[in-house]
Amino acid sequence: MTNFKVFLKGIIDVSPLMIPVVPFGLIFGVLAIDVGFSPLETIGMSLIVFGGASQIVLLQLFSGGASSLVIISSVGAVNSRHLLYGAVVSEHLSDLKLIWKIIISYFLIDQAYAISNEYLKKNKDQNRYFHLVGAGATCWVIWQSTTFLGIILGAAIPEKLGLSFAVPLTFLALLVNDFRKFINVIVIVVSGLVATLGYNYIPFKAYAIVAGLTGLLVAMIFTKMVKTNE
Amino acid sequence: MSNWALIIYCGLITYLTRFSMIALIKKEMFNDRIRQVLSYVPSAIFPAIIFPAIFLDNSGLILFKDNPKIIAAIIATIIGIFSRSIIATIFSGLASYWFTIFVV
Repeated sequence: MTNFKVFLKGIIDVSPLMIPVVPFGLIFGVLAIDVGFSPLETIGMSLIVFGGASQIVLLQLFSGGASSLVIISSVGAVNSRHLLYGAVVSEHLSDLKLIWKIIISYFLIDQAYAISNEYLKKNKDQNRYFHLVGAGATCWVIWQSTTFLGIILGAAIPEKLGLSFAVPLTFLALLVNDFRKFINVIVIVVSGLVATLGYNYIPFKAYAIVAGLTGLLVAMIFTKMVKTNE
Repeated sequence: MSNWALIIYCGLITYLTRFSMIALIKKEMFNDRIRQVLSYVPSAIFPAIIFPAIFLDNSGLILFKDNPKIIAAIIATIIGIFSRSIIATIFSGLASYWFTIFVV
């Protein structure tokens, strides 16, 4: 296959995964204006950060009055889930030139990674990376255009609709596959309780980090217990 | 810190995580145990955004009574468990939220 065809295949393969990204991008655009970012800053955020979860966490903590340091480290904590992918994806990309690694890193969001990993596993062609570029570029176009649309729509959407409620719903939706797993449910409840009860008492609005670390600790303890029981 | 500086730092940390994924991290750097614990990161960190946004009012106080978000979140969770669909979860939650505040 030519480079372009592999690129095109990336676009086609990732398209179904773009359906949930549309409302996510719209909601982000609307909310960013709502919490006080200018349209230019909102566009800049989607261009520079280019990550749904990172950007929504940024907004949520910003609107709650968290300090910059807390916001940045919370964004880091949210992104730490990506380190896991590294162990898998790096073996497919190891013979890539550094310049391509630098470029592809910008496009390596969840959806593009998930779909291209399947392709990279099965395909050993020299130009197989164009699949990842195609998938990533598709995500990029959808994310930038829905952000822009959200900024425009934001002015027209009445505050009464309470669209900020879409933020917890979006994150809830990202956990749909974890609701059926016992340890995950415990981790979810513990982290949620720590964040809610600690919201006013944990200094610097660092509740997201404290709750996240507590959740991970619970996960470590429970997975260890399950292992010893086996 | 200005908004722009905040945006750039958040972008930088997001980019560095992705870059380290493909350029620095090797498969043998993670044993099964670390991988297993890392797989719980979403379950550990997302509730810290979800729960306060549902259970706290604008002034940060816990609100149980007359809180349409709780019932809407429960419905969204149930729909999510059965459908395993991101879109169905978001829209069932929004729909039941709007139904409670506008119709009931």
